[in-house]
Amino acid sequence: MTGEPKPTVGLFVTCLVDAIRPQIGFATLQLLEEAGCVVEVPQAQTCCGQPALNSGDDRDAAHLARQTIAAFEGYDYVVLPSGSCAATMVHGYPDLLAGDPDWAARARAMAAKTHEITSFLADVMGYAPAGRRLNASATYHDSCSGLRELGIAAQPRALLSHVEGLEMRGLPGNDVCCGFGGTFCVKYSDISNAIVTEKAEAIEETGAEILLAGDLGCLMNMAGKLNRRGAKTRCFHTVEVLAGQADGPAIGEEAL
Amino acid sequence: MSALPDFKNRARAALADPVLKVAIDRTTGNAERKRAAAVAAFPEFEAARARGKAIKDHVTAHIDHYLEQFERNATARGAQVHWAADDAEARAIVTRICLAADAKLVTRAKSMLGEEIGLPHALADAGIERVETDLAEHIIQLAGEAPSHIIWPAMHRTREQVAELFKAGHQPPPAAEDPATMVQSARRVLRQKFLSADIGISGANFLVADTGATCTVTNEGNAELTTTPPRIHIVTAGIEKLVPSTAHAFALLRLLVRSATGGEMTQYTTFHAGPRRPGDADGPEEMHIVLVDNGRSRMLANEFREMLRCIRCGACMNHCVVYRQIGGHAYGGTYPGPMGSVLTPVLDGLAASRDLPNACTMNGRCAEVCPVGIPLPTLLRAWRRRSWREGLEPGSLRAGIGIWAQLARRPRLYRLATRIGLPLMRLFGKGGWIARLPLAGGWTAHRDLPRPAARSFMDQYRARQKGRK
Ligand code: SF4
Repeated sequence: MTGEPKPTVGLFVTCLVDAIRPQIGFATLQLLEEAGCVVEVPQAQTCCGQPALNSGDDRDAAHLARQTIAAFEGYDYVVLPSGSCAATMVHGYPDLLAGDPDWAARARAMAAKTHEITSFLADVMGYAPAGRRLNASATYHDSCSGLRELGIAAQPRALLSHVEGLEMRGLPGNDVCCGFGGTFCVKYSDISNAIVTEKAEAIEETGAEILLAGDLGCLMNMAGKLNRRGAKTRCFHTVEVLAGQADGPAIGEEAL
Repeated sequence: MSALPDFKNRARAALADPVLKVAIDRTTGNAERKRAAAVAAFPEFEAARARGKAIKDHVTAHIDHYLEQFERNATARGAQVHWAADDAEARAIVTRICLAADAKLVTRAKSMLGEEIGLPHALADAGIERVETDLAEHIIQLAGEAPSHIIWPAMHRTREQVAELFKAGHQPPPAAEDPATMVQSARRVLRQKFLSADIGISGANFLVADTGATCTVTNEGNAELTTTPPRIHIVTAGIEKLVPSTAHAFALLRLLVRSATGGEMTQYTTFHAGPRRPGDADGPEEMHIVLVDNGRSRMLANEFREMLRCIRCGACMNHCVVYRQIGGHAYGGTYPGPMGSVLTPVLDGLAASRDLPNACTMNGRCAEVCPVGIPLPTLLRAWRRRSWREGLEPGSLRAGIGIWAQLARRPRLYRLATRIGLPLMRLFGKGGWIARLPLAGGWTAHRDLPRPAARSFMDQYRARQKGRK
């Protein structure tokens, strides 16, 4: 390393990671530090506001957007272990606050430095994990917001290719929605169930031991369905494997 | 009676129909593969798409100019141009023409606009026999149904079901159930009608402003047989179908066909410019063009303007995870799938259709394939915003989001709530999973929920930071 100052990163943990699977937050933190960043976790963060935004409740969504911007605008970068929350900040915030003279420029500035974790590591930091090994077969689901709104497809795969022993298998329909859709899966649970059932079948057919994805919402949906079907597939967020934490409990496995 | 709103009822019925699922998968799956191949073999696709979008936006911005130009040129060619502000007016104009001509039998070439304005019912009410000439439309006419897809109206029916319909509806019934024999049978039945119809009614894919011609594409040639032998030809078309010139029509046609069927061109592409002129060997004696607004000029001025670019290719529904599970009839409007979820609230009102813009995962695949770059998820979100503002969203959702937002707006309180809430939630679980959780029935009815962490990330992180210091 040269003497350049390390970039500061504000880590947004996402409400689901905070409550359901903190390991993802710690894996993200570890990777960012390995990549040479100074990481802080601002305490004023809660939720990015996506549930309100997607329900049409723009007022609450805008409030949460302003709160989040205020908490994070002091860092060089804002990084999230979620493509869909990152997309909310990158595209949603500037739209929401476009008509607000005090906040429009701040929202755009925040959007410009906000990144999903795998694209941040690969594209911005040029980081590649070293010395990781996992003897397993895995398949990867491309979550929709990350894929279509942020163009995340090559980065997680490139990073995963550095994990020795990991055999990646193609997933037919890898870019087809798993049926999560935030509140969709609860509001239209029958339709969501039909969609995730097809997804689970496709995952099971790959015979892969592990399912990976970059969004906990989608992972919970697929993991929950796979478990209900009695499948043995273990589900992890991509960063958990990249950080060498896949020897711990998978989603839905209790720590001993 | 179920307490579910109509959409949910229809969706549930569709999900319970295994034959429907097979039929949808077959057709949309094929369409998806063929489109992908066609786009891959068309290196200028992105450029063509940008051009298509630009053409449609140009027309939208200058619609008055092109409408006037079209009317002038169509009239000069001998066609009679009528204006309909809404569906009722459009129906009235068409029936008036039919009654004035004392028409007994009308043939109709597939047209979604005809469905939109309720033409089949209007003709029936006026005592006029209507014969659908598109093979798929013929099938659903025999079944007494509405189209379930804008390109393949009968895609929800399997070949076996069609054979049953033909057996009951054709005189004499087809001799065998192979596709060739069944098509022959439909031909025989339809040809008699083609030649004895008084009036042929078609839609139009494009209205060409500088020639005054209407353009209709089919793969069966039925539009030609509908519009040429009868005495009178009536075209019904939405005003957004205008294009400046024939070259523009072809530019859009390349996008339309590749996106719809994966083909390069339709089998039949016909331009109709006025009725038969003195000395012409054939063609109708009268040609009427009914230009229908029906909410379109309202869209010019509001946030749904981009929807006016739609060229009705159906790619968005073929690639929609929701459409592919529930099919077209569940949507309950003329237009299904993502484009229907944007258009139906325009046509039927948001109060009657608020489920449609909500029943979407926002995965964005529809916008990815739309040949004219319509940002369908953004438009669906615009409906959700209106629905929220107008108080149409259910009270339970408003309350849920409201409480959530109040908490999320107070980080300290939020932390406290997670500290209390997570251990409580964990009580419902066993091992790593929760199989049933009150208030989360929509989730746990179909899947298990990972048991939340005993301590949130934030709590663990703060403890760690303290330890470090
Ligand atoms: S919205 Fe786009 S993809 Fe859907 S029918 Fe219209 S043009 Fe085709």
